[in-house]
Amino acid sequence: MSKKSTNTADVASSGSEKAPINAQLSPDAKIELYRQMVRIRRFEERSLRAYQAKKIGGFLHLYIGQEAVCVGSCSLMGKDDHVITAYRDHGHAMAVGMDTKPLMAELYGKATGCSKGKGGSMHYFAPDKNYWGGHGIVGGQIPLGAGLAYALKYKGLKGCALAFMGDGAVNQGAVHEAYNLAALWNLPVIFVIENNGYSMGTSQERSSAGPGLAQRAEAYGMAWGTCFGHDLYEVRATMDKFMTRAREESKPAVVEIDTYRYRGHSVADPDKTYRTREEVEEYRKTKDPINLFQEKLKSEKVLTDDLIEKIDAEARAEADLAAEFAEASPFPTPDDIQTDVYWEADNADKRASKGRLFFD
Amino acid sequence: MAVLTYREAVRAALSEEIERDENVVLMGEEVAQFNGAYKVSEGMLEKYGPKRVVDTPISEAGFIGMGVGASMLGVRPVMELMFWSFYSVAFDQILNNAANVRYMSGGQISCPIVIRGPANGGTNVGATHSHTPENVLANHPGIKVVVPSTPADAKGLLKSAIRDNDPVMFLENTILYGEKGEVSDDPEFLIPLGVADVKREGSDLTIVTYGRCVLHSLKAAEVLEKEHDVSVEIVDLRTIRPLDIDTVLKSVAKTHRVLIVEEQKPFASVGSQLSHMIQREAFDELDGPIHRLATIDAPAIYSPPVEVEQLPNPDRVVKAALAALA
Repeated sequence: MSKKSTNTADVASSGSEKAPINAQLSPDAKIELYRQMVRIRRFEERSLRAYQAKKIGGFLHLYIGQEAVCVGSCSLMGKDDHVITAYRDHGHAMAVGMDTKPLMAELYGKATGCSKGKGGSMHYFAPDKNYWGGHGIVGGQIPLGAGLAYALKYKGLKGCALAFMGDGAVNQGAVHEAYNLAALWNLPVIFVIENNGYSMGTSQERSSAGPGLAQRAEAYGMAWGTCFGHDLYEVRATMDKFMTRAREESKPAVVEIDTYRYRGHSVADPDKTYRTREEVEEYRKTKDPINLFQEKLKSEKVLTDDLIEKIDAEARAEADLAAEFAEASPFPTPDDIQTDVYWEADNADKRASKGRLFFD
Repeated sequence: MAVLTYREAVRAALSEEIERDENVVLMGEEVAQFNGAYKVSEGMLEKYGPKRVVDTPISEAGFIGMGVGASMLGVRPVMELMFWSFYSVAFDQILNNAANVRYMSGGQISCPIVIRGPANGGTNVGATHSHTPENVLANHPGIKVVVPSTPADAKGLLKSAIRDNDPVMFLENTILYGEKGEVSDDPEFLIPLGVADVKREGSDLTIVTYGRCVLHSLKAAEVLEKEHDVSVEIVDLRTIRPLDIDTVLKSVAKTHRVLIVEEQKPFASVGSQLSHMIQREAFDELDGPIHRLATIDAPAIYSPPVEVEQLPNPDRVVKAALAALA
């Protein structure tokens, strides 16, 4: 790994399955967490095949390898907790409960997509599930995440905002401005750095100064922690601690979760220049989050081989069904280009302004 | 009705909307304890408290982005930029996030934020503090842009902007803050966005303008009438997007000659858009080419007497009007 070793000031102990938030999980709940990760992986593998078949345009940033991070974190969300992330956003979308059909249709650019084919892979949204995107500019979503927390606090709601970013985002100015505001005003936001070791093709040691990424929180007097993202229990134990603190005490934190992506930065990345095959294989063999959780649940006698196979078959079938739905769906039409631009144009009966909104 | 300064009219709009809607919050650098860099928000912290009137650090990308995020969850932030020139450090938050989030979410998210502050030259603060970005802002579908010229317009339009469910960019002017005018004190006094106002009626030449250039044009019109026997009609756009082109075209059909006056750099300015639309939609009404008076095309010069000449001013408007009539 060409990553710097992260400071282990607050790494959750390896006994994270005993943490109350995990100890209280029913066998069914554990199976659901496992199923979520498998569904995400199969969905993304299916989307990659669709991309290779030229059904999908633009970029496709796959989350494969990182599944325990979004599933672990989002499984802790209550009704007033909100989430926002960057462009590697498929996992979070599924983790908050978005249906795979409109997600796949969005990749295909279809009118039945979750954003009506107007956003694409990088721009999934589901405000009804407290999911605020899906943002394309590195670090640009982080002030918005602070704003979600600001709104919660302003309205007196006991929730928190999870603002996810990659390790490449930590050097953006907007991220530090958001850190400062969150710490200054005690906003209930958790800044989650999903550290997969590479900002596109540049390793952490070639891009980020200092001993560790989360530790930068100290400059703002913010709490911080790190944990391993291949261990779902550990993600949950760590995130639960900071989310509870955010809800109860309205305090922000930075959490750096060590993880790894198996695919290139996007499918356009040949992934041959900045890391070795051996490195990827080593991670896959020893730290795959799905395999590790599967082994754990087998040892807990929660999962059986039959059930594992069933979950996998169902996830593959679901992904295929989503692709069939996407394939069969219509594209938006040129008439749709100018809808969803202005609230007022979409709600003409309630429009207060006059004059031309669009030009040619 | 009361006679208010432009500054007081903006403050009245902010205060009335804060009183009307518990989700409206004023945020920005020095808006609270300092009483506003230009005293627009003077007394508001004392009256409405620190929840509704909030000082931010000098951190435009951070606090504007934070306001955008808060607006997605139903807060209605009015964000003050000390100068609109500082929008450049929040460009991504305004023109990627606020402008696009509705579209990229397929219409699921609204962003009812107002970003306001002065956008003008003429105060000898040099090129970094003298931007007039209304053309840049209006180039982004999803964004609305307002540039009021009088106290009454400032109040009525700002109240409409705060109640609007789309992101509205509200461009004021430090030189206009002290200008006085009659302003309604009716708390429901609203001027809809996208309605131009004929500030002076005339028959020989239409001047299409907005912002401080309305005042220059009104002064020039007096000179043109007295010294040149020219009758000028002045159309104040008030809102750049949405755009009330119909009022412009109606005036062109009356005078058949057009001068556009704007405190913009000429390349791809609001005036460029207007002249395209006028020639396209009123070609047969024109008795001559459309003329334009803009800021002389260079970064804003510091030298005080020369800056006056770089910007539109009444003398330059008179000369440009006579050229348009030749």
